[in-house]
Amino acid sequence: MSKCPECDADVTVGSDAVKGEIVSCPDCGAELEVKETAPLALSLAPEAEEDWGE
Amino acid sequence: MSDTRVGVLLSRVRVEEKLLLAELESRRVETKIIDDRELVLSLERKPDLGVDVILERCIQHGTALYALSVLDTWGVPTVNRYEVAEICGNKLLTTMRLIRDSVPSPRTRVAFTPESALAAIDELGYPVVLKPLIGSWGRLISKVNDREAAEAIVEHKDVLGSYLHSIYYVQEYVPKPGRDIRAFVVGDETICAIYRYSDHWITNTARGGRAENCPVTRQLGDLCVRAARAVGGGVVAVDVLEGPEGLLVNEVNYTMEFRNSIDTTGVNIPAKVVDYVLEVARAAR
Repeated sequence: MSKCPECDADVTVGSDAVKGEIVSCPDCGAELEVKETAPLALSLAPEAEEDWGE
Repeated sequence: MSDTRVGVLLSRVRVEEKLLLAELESRRVETKIIDDRELVLSLERKPDLGVDVILERCIQHGTALYALSVLDTWGVPTVNRYEVAEICGNKLLTTMRLIRDSVPSPRTRVAFTPESALAAIDELGYPVVLKPLIGSWGRLISKVNDREAAEAIVEHKDVLGSYLHSIYYVQEYVPKPGRDIRAFVVGDETICAIYRYSDHWITNTARGGRAENCPVTRQLGDLCVRAARAVGGGVVAVDVLEGPEGLLVNEVNYTMEFRNSIDTTGVNIPAKVVDYVLEVARAAR
């Protein structure tokens, strides 16, 4: 478990979570990136830029 | 266990990347994740990457394009290839390839000044659609219903946009039946397709469009394979409009998103992609 960097809520991720995965904060909905899995560390995911996409 | 080593070049592990990684793991393929934010390419010499093929899953077109450019020069097999990223990442280049290969697509004009852009819009007839050359998920796409709106949007693009926004890509607006089609092509096969329904004229599922299975008819399948070949082939998602006079290829996407399309179609898209990636590696040996 870790804290949401946006709203400080407790955030847990699945046991299969991997570094770089994007998860949502259950409280505020912020997109978070898994920076480390053990121990869990989260950061706000980068905002979309102009050339993001498919 | 496969003896092929696969590198996955990615920016973030979204649902698609997670499914692809799980598929590789299920086949016990040796997989190396390459985070494009940590990547440094020494251009003077090709390093030992420790992989036989690279599956590109970058979220930024610019990163994908230039990383693939270097890998291509080094002779590293990639999915997709640099040429495909270059063509698909630019709507003008895509349209030119579709026209070259007689793949039906909406009528399109390109202009380079606000005045000539307005002339092109007037000539096509309202409504028209203005699109940025580079961009995805329906961002900054404008449906222009009349001359006043055209003048406003063109001025905004001219004054506020980067230089790329002053290359005006103008398309006829194709009336569609509340939906469009996204078809997935892997190699020489259209493996499945979805309808994307929306009350909004922009139907991207990234913008809330609802997905339903779309049967792949011979006509649709052939059209999409032709579109894929026109841009260089590989693993692509082809956006198709059902116009009054038939199917039109609107766009081709080279780092396709498919999270809403696996359950919808019943097709294991990541498995098909991994099959193709392993095939590319085998062919390169």
